[in-house]
Amino acid sequence: MRATTTTDETQSGTIVLLCLASWAIPGAGHLWLGRRAKGLIFLVALPVMFAIGLAIRGRLFPFDFSDPLVGLEALADLGIGVPYFIASALGYGAGDVRAVTYEYGNAFLIVAGLLNLLVVIDAYDVMMGRK
Amino acid sequence: MRSHLLLLAVFAFFVSLVFAVIAKDEAREQLRFGGMMFAGFLAAAIVLGWLMYPFPL
Repeated sequence: MRATTTTDETQSGTIVLLCLASWAIPGAGHLWLGRRAKGLIFLVALPVMFAIGLAIRGRLFPFDFSDPLVGLEALADLGIGVPYFIASALGYGAGDVRAVTYEYGNAFLIVAGLLNLLVVIDAYDVMMGRK
Repeated sequence: MRSHLLLLAVFAFFVSLVFAVIAKDEAREQLRFGGMMFAGFLAAAIVLGWLMYPFPL
């Protein structure tokens, strides 16, 4: 009984670690599970998409839930993981609302984050043997 | 990079790529799914663009 509980706890811990790694570094979960090709594609495609969003003057939204849409956009931006913190630390993502590409930049940043969350769910499904 | 069509194509490429890789396991299926999705993005944007053309807001 105790052995089963310990095994369950170990597996839960591994799942949490896998999901955290997959969120922090896009594709890390798939690489961990041996799905190299998929992992490498996510590892390249999602940060590049995020970088394009920054390059065309998109904005990393603040966590301001007095305006719900701004708060939700901030959560979506955060979905990309470590690249978000790197960009914030380096002072990128101020956004320029006057730029022609501002809205496109926001779309790239938000969608890159949301796609990474889908990738986390996919890695979880693979680990649980559903795929 | 200020062309709206080019930005749309780049956006569609990345979204189609990620969805194809998530949804399908075989390379051939991924290519087919991703290609269809990419073409759908472009076609929808062009068709909607022309439909909105007579109605400037």
